[in-house]
Amino acid sequence: MTRMTRRKAMTALACATAIGFSFASSAAVAAEPPIKIGYAVAKTGANATGAGITTIPNYQLWVKEVNQAGGLTMPDGKKRMIEVVEYDDRSSNEDLVRAIERLASQDKVDFILPPWGTGPNLAIAPLMDRFGYPQLAVTSVTDKAPEFAARWKRSYWMLGGGHDYAVGLANVLKAAKAAGTINNKIAMVSVADGFGIDLVKGARPAFKDAGFEVAYDKTYPLGTSDFAALMNEAKKSGADSFVAFSYPPDSFGMTKTAQSIGFNPKVFYVGVGGAFPIFPKVSDGKAEGVMSIGGVDASSPAIQDYFKRHTASAGAPPDSWASAITYASLQMLQQAVQRVGLDHAKLANEFSTSSFDTIIGPVKLKDNQLRDLWWVGQWQGNAFKGLDPAGKTGAVPAVIPKPTW
Amino acid sequence: MSRIALAVVTVVLLAAIPGYLSDYSLGLMIGLVTYVTLASAWALFSGHTRYVSLATVAFYGSGAYTVAVLNESLPYPLVLLCAGLIGFLLALIVGLSTLRLAGIYFVIFSFGLAELIRQLITWYEVNVTGTLGRYIFLDVTARGIYWQMLALAVFTIGLSAWIGRHRLGLALKVIGDDEMVAAHSGIDLSRTKLIAFTLSSTIITLAGAIASPRWTYVEPSLVFNPTVSFLTVIMALLGGANRLWGPLMGAVPLFLLFEWLSVSFPDTYPVILGLMFIAVVFLFPQGLLSSAEAFRNRLKGGTA
Repeated sequence: MTRMTRRKAMTALACATAIGFSFASSAAVAAEPPIKIGYAVAKTGANATGAGITTIPNYQLWVKEVNQAGGLTMPDGKKRMIEVVEYDDRSSNEDLVRAIERLASQDKVDFILPPWGTGPNLAIAPLMDRFGYPQLAVTSVTDKAPEFAARWKRSYWMLGGGHDYAVGLANVLKAAKAAGTINNKIAMVSVADGFGIDLVKGARPAFKDAGFEVAYDKTYPLGTSDFAALMNEAKKSGADSFVAFSYPPDSFGMTKTAQSIGFNPKVFYVGVGGAFPIFPKVSDGKAEGVMSIGGVDASSPAIQDYFKRHTASAGAPPDSWASAITYASLQMLQQAVQRVGLDHAKLANEFSTSSFDTIIGPVKLKDNQLRDLWWVGQWQGNAFKGLDPAGKTGAVPAVIPKPTW
Repeated sequence: MSRIALAVVTVVLLAAIPGYLSDYSLGLMIGLVTYVTLASAWALFSGHTRYVSLATVAFYGSGAYTVAVLNESLPYPLVLLCAGLIGFLLALIVGLSTLRLAGIYFVIFSFGLAELIRQLITWYEVNVTGTLGRYIFLDVTARGIYWQMLALAVFTIGLSAWIGRHRLGLALKVIGDDEMVAAHSGIDLSRTKLIAFTLSSTIITLAGAIASPRWTYVEPSLVFNPTVSFLTVIMALLGGANRLWGPLMGAVPLFLLFEWLSVSFPDTYPVILGLMFIAVVFLFPQGLLSSAEAFRNRLKGGTA
């Protein structure tokens, strides 16, 4: 054992004091501690495309804007910067669950932003509930939203269910049939995966109720890349309306196939991907009249401004379905923090009961769900505009028949 | 005797730690023990016979899916029992029809198996039940999952140790060295391989069933993720697949490393993962334990 000499002791003391002072001084410079906001999203794997288009760019845009403005405003008027803690869930629910546990119990973040997709949001819902974090599950399309909102009191479901989108489409087609522009036959294809099945299950009865005959009804496996046979059969079915509940690669592939085989139905509807900013390019500049899921109020100055800011920040415009909703959910968070601070119970109460001013207009959740959504949209001019609900501010009338390719 | 005592003390300590861990550390332990189980169970068959199986996730996913289908209609212990039974039957069918394949043909088949099961389930769900994506609402806590998985891991390693000392283990080793010799010395090739494959696969299925309540939502594309198969193989190979403690020695460091990488380098993680795979195969073709032993022998040789 060595004895500590007086000199060593003095040096140690001096060091300790210096360290102490430096801590004190750094605390004095940063007036308010930062707010830690965490998220785990898919940067790799099957969900990376969706997360990379809809979720991550909006998180980044929002954090950048808030921090440039000096941070989030607290109820006492002080501002606190946002510090981001982000993880890659590798599109695996096991990794995602662990990442949320890490954010909550290790990093002790003040707020957790949701992952992309219905499955991932459901996977974390019980955990978020146990830790008490409010969950703004934006990118979850599920008919069971009312059930989930009741099960997890601090979960918020903001993108409707498959049934809603199917009924919306049926309404648009029904109006066109009543006007005599299309016949009563529909050719319908759907991807054999969660989204396609949910929508097709809602669509079959909805089309029947609207007086349509589904002349062609086929599912195709996830990952299909050749749609020639499918599209040829749909063309032969004699239907004026072609409806595909598809994923982005399929939506793009079908559009190209329809163009190459000269399939020109009066209504051409594709699923996810139809509202992506890249769609006009994919369709060779002939997106005009193509219908898809979602939509925006293209005439709203707030939306136009948002598109500009998003393009400047991410290098591409946002998609016209869930992007604006994602950004609006972040605005809700920002306003809720300003009103009640960071206490989770108070925030949850605020989300459930108050109304917020966002780029998609005033938002007030009903039973923890956002119901004021666009169900069907259409490319008109250079924008993907909302068609249904027809009574919603900014709704435009549908262009049917679609111009030929 | 002291070895057994040490093992017992270790298991007791491992069983006691959830009380001292944060939720994240407990989640980490669950993942860790899961991969120790998977790698050990994989090595139970593949380690000795050198039949490289990429079917791990086929069984792991089947276990998870069984729980998703049955969790609302049966009590939990029965659900686990059913999962084990399904894994057993599946392994029996697969084993009977494929264990005559050897070498690369078996590898390719085993890889295809996961995809086959995934597509079959998808087809069934789309055309028969009309739902894809099922929910698991079970009141199993993270601690409960940890204890069950730990028990399964202990059972797996115990079973491996037992098999290693019995005729079955010897027979498997001979098969791994040379099937022709094995056949000539009177070993029933198909039966021996089938027993080991079925045991290994049933354990893997149970592991999937035990882990699944953590995910709440299950759909084929999520549970049949081929990365699980690859990770299992690389972990077992790193430690040394033909040794009792090899899979564990490979799984623990690799799992922690992957977690650290994904936390620290979320953007470059897949690239690093690929490089790691190559490094393991090139640097430790016989596994860490063998390399360590060789190194120790060389040291001894140098001083003696």
